[in-house]
Amino acid sequence: MDAPELLEVRDVYRAFPKPGGGELSVLEGVDLTLKQGEVVGLLGRSGSGKSTLLRLIAGLAQPNGGTVTYLGKAVDGPARGIAMVFQSFALFPWLTVLENVELGLEALGLPADEIRKRALQAIDLIGLDGYESAYPRELSGGMRQRVGFARALVVHPNILLMDEPFSALDVLTAENLRTDFLELWSEGQLPIKGVILVTHNIEEAVLMCDRVMLFSTNPGRIVTEIKVPMRQPRDRQDPAFGALVDQIYVEMTARRDKGPKLDRIAGTGFAMILPEVPVGLISGLIETVCASPYNGKADLPDIASDLQMEIDELFPVVETLQLLRMAEVEDAEIRLTETGKRFANEETDERKRIFARLLIRYVPFAAHIRRVLDERGSHTAPKSRFIDELEDHMTPDMAEQTLSAVIGWARFGELFAYDDDTGMFDMENPA
Amino acid sequence: MKILPPVSISARGLLPGRWDLLAAILVFGVIVILADESRSLVAPLATLKSNPLSLSPWALPEYALRTTLRMLAALIVSLIFTFTYATWAAKSARAATVLIPLLDILQSIPILGYLSVTYLFFLALAPGRVLGAEFAAIFTIFTSQAWNMAFSFYQSLRTVPPELEEAGRVFGLSAWARFWRIETPFAMPSLVWNMMMSMSGSWFFVVWSEAITVGHTTITLPGIGSYIALAIQQRQLSAIFWAVAAMLIVILIYDQLLFRPLVTWADRFRFEQEQNEEPPESWVLTMFRRSQLIDAFAAPFKQALRWSYRLAPPPRVLPSMPRNPVWTRAADIFWYGLLALLILYAVWRVFLFVSVGVSLSDLVEASLLGLATMVRVLVLIGIASVIWTPIGVYVGLRPKLSRTVQPIAQFLAAFPANLLFPFAVSAIVTFDLNPDIWLSPLMVLGTQWYILFNVIAGASGLPSELRDAGANFQVRGWLWWRKIALPGVFPFYVTGAITASGGSWNAAIAAEWVNWGSHTVQAHGLGAYIQDATNAGDFHRIVLGIAVMSALVALANRIFWRPLYWYAERKYRLT
Repeated sequence: MDAPELLEVRDVYRAFPKPGGGELSVLEGVDLTLKQGEVVGLLGRSGSGKSTLLRLIAGLAQPNGGTVTYLGKAVDGPARGIAMVFQSFALFPWLTVLENVELGLEALGLPADEIRKRALQAIDLIGLDGYESAYPRELSGGMRQRVGFARALVVHPNILLMDEPFSALDVLTAENLRTDFLELWSEGQLPIKGVILVTHNIEEAVLMCDRVMLFSTNPGRIVTEIKVPMRQPRDRQDPAFGALVDQIYVEMTARRDKGPKLDRIAGTGFAMILPEVPVGLISGLIETVCASPYNGKADLPDIASDLQMEIDELFPVVETLQLLRMAEVEDAEIRLTETGKRFANEETDERKRIFARLLIRYVPFAAHIRRVLDERGSHTAPKSRFIDELEDHMTPDMAEQTLSAVIGWARFGELFAYDDDTGMFDMENPA
Repeated sequence: MKILPPVSISARGLLPGRWDLLAAILVFGVIVILADESRSLVAPLATLKSNPLSLSPWALPEYALRTTLRMLAALIVSLIFTFTYATWAAKSARAATVLIPLLDILQSIPILGYLSVTYLFFLALAPGRVLGAEFAAIFTIFTSQAWNMAFSFYQSLRTVPPELEEAGRVFGLSAWARFWRIETPFAMPSLVWNMMMSMSGSWFFVVWSEAITVGHTTITLPGIGSYIALAIQQRQLSAIFWAVAAMLIVILIYDQLLFRPLVTWADRFRFEQEQNEEPPESWVLTMFRRSQLIDAFAAPFKQALRWSYRLAPPPRVLPSMPRNPVWTRAADIFWYGLLALLILYAVWRVFLFVSVGVSLSDLVEASLLGLATMVRVLVLIGIASVIWTPIGVYVGLRPKLSRTVQPIAQFLAAFPANLLFPFAVSAIVTFDLNPDIWLSPLMVLGTQWYILFNVIAGASGLPSELRDAGANFQVRGWLWWRKIALPGVFPFYVTGAITASGGSWNAAIAAEWVNWGSHTVQAHGLGAYIQDATNAGDFHRIVLGIAVMSALVALANRIFWRPLYWYAERKYRLT
């Protein structure tokens, strides 16, 4: 490809100060280029820093190290020629559709009749004719995001940044909007030269992008780049399409000892940052994999499409099963262990016993809380003490999340009880 | 409509920080300085005279207009204050460390208490004497409105959704343009709501501030309040009746011409994307919108604002590192040094003031009277709660009934209850009742309605599925109240009770010391203490009384209302 380069990101590093001192890095050593005519996808779980990278490119924030260059010039603020579509639409509820679209043009200081002309063109192009005088709250989600697109396109940007633009929409609406966008893009009707798409949806990435950059979490790094050679319009039923999706699943669930660390539970011991996965989902996934047609092992892409789960929802459950040794994952295939199968076939009381044993063995912090309660004469302990211990290893948000994950699991396993009114842990359950 | 808690409560912290203490010192320093300076002014101004008032009902329209204009002027000043003070606090972390605790202290100061102090100060400042009195009245009303408006604006500015800010920046809006196109619109619904609450509370003060005696100086500004004062002096019940009627009409007109249109207009700026089930309506606004009169009127302003956007520099990237540490350091030293000097000066003035004329026995006396007033406020809020909560629930569960009752309750909350005091006092004098007991209800006369309309709002918002579930399991009688109705309205009740108790403290100064002709009826309490000191022109006791009352209000907020509010929010808020 010899197309001219629109954007170059070199060795970008971004970190936030931790409350107790030190830094928490969210992006490390990120390199990225965008050439004319390309759609580049940034694919990863939440917390992988892909949205942060998008904001660095948009000039909304500055990297702590490395450079972002747009058309040969360092980005030092929101640049003309880079526009953005937001996950939550970010429409101004007090402006009509037309006024929302005109906003960016007004900031450019164009004459009034030019503004009106271009806004109407964009509204027309994106299929919003007739909605000009509506307020965003009167529109459906899909229509709102169309306003988001029109607002971005009307300023004729060279680069369009898309921050999970379809993830707040239902499946049908999202597909409809994606198809419309791809059609306009491949017909060259859009006044843009390149697109960067942030997503956590693997199929969406394969459907829309020419290149997909896979992100790892904690800290965010680009682990690998996957080229999508198929021409637009792409067909989800095409075997090559399915093969690429599978390949990305394999990359994203690759085991630590075999390759770079990808989406696994971060940290060990007390430093383990646990995802808040409800027990209902854990047992649900085990039962599904155990039953036919899977009979104990299943391909993750199949499970995902079967259960209508995005990887952001599915992976935390899978990781929890791995943590508790109820399942193993290799080459994007999940296989139940003996414990997992036993759990699937038992009644509630026995399940609780199994679960409690697994927690004590494999979740060090749950075992720790239980030990503290056992050792104390009163068999009670305040929440604040455990939060403090966790905050030695992680940010306050992560500490809250980890503790509430442990509480949820321990309640099912009847390992200990927690009273939110008093903020105390104890061994008693109401008789 | 969404009912918001008073801002002094919605902050989370329970323990006062050192900034709260410093802010308190600063505020009282200023009051002490004003009081000190005013003392010397009492005598020369004793001859202030304005045109004699008339008790004829036909004079009332003009007086009502004067009162209304005072209110409007104060509202404009409050808005200017809000847009500058709150914006400064929101944009500068350095400034916020002082400005926000200052607001918190200012909110707890009884407005009627420092009226006398500010009056003399403004009289001395202003070129013409009556004009000075007007300024003082407007200033008083301003202090009853501005704090919670500024607080709400500050909180809104701090909670603008980040993606809206980002969208504004990505599309090239300068900081100036973002303020007017994003931040201000976002803050509008809560600002309008707080304006309404402010106005509703400040009718009481506007009426009060029109006729005041400090020492030998009596100041009378033509208005409904001074009309009432004259009527009390001459024991004319019929004139009082006319004044009450005039006030009712004024509030109605204000509501229809100003607030209903404002609320309807501000509804557009709600950030929640769902369609409101019942958007507010206003015939005035509809009329203006259809006639496009407003459009024509606003067009030049809009155009001017649009041009101003272009003059402002384009948005810049947020730096990843703090700016030059040396400069930051220097600015810190300058700012905190300046504050330290101000605070030291305030401490010095307070010290001088206290050492000259405040003895320990004075402090003990004021504190004991303060406790008496506190007991009165708590008991009466309790009684009002027992009466109005069941009624509020009953009304709130009947949509048709609550549509009629709700506006009446809001209206009654706005009505200045002090206009009704003469009726009660004439009864106390006639039947020779015990003032310690029978003056107390006057404190909650105007404020109990906050409890009623909050409970109505809570009950009408109770999800119908919860009520159906109750009916399905045949939950009835006391069990129904305990498990369904009371928990359901509890957060709303707390919000109402907090507002009511705040208002009652202020009303205590007017309600514990009242007269009827030459009769004076007085209860034992801090309100009467302050009023007594004001009549005597004793500035030491005035300031001491204010300080004790602010401390008690702040204390009650911190150790009782704030924890209660957050407990209710955590445990009983249905989302």
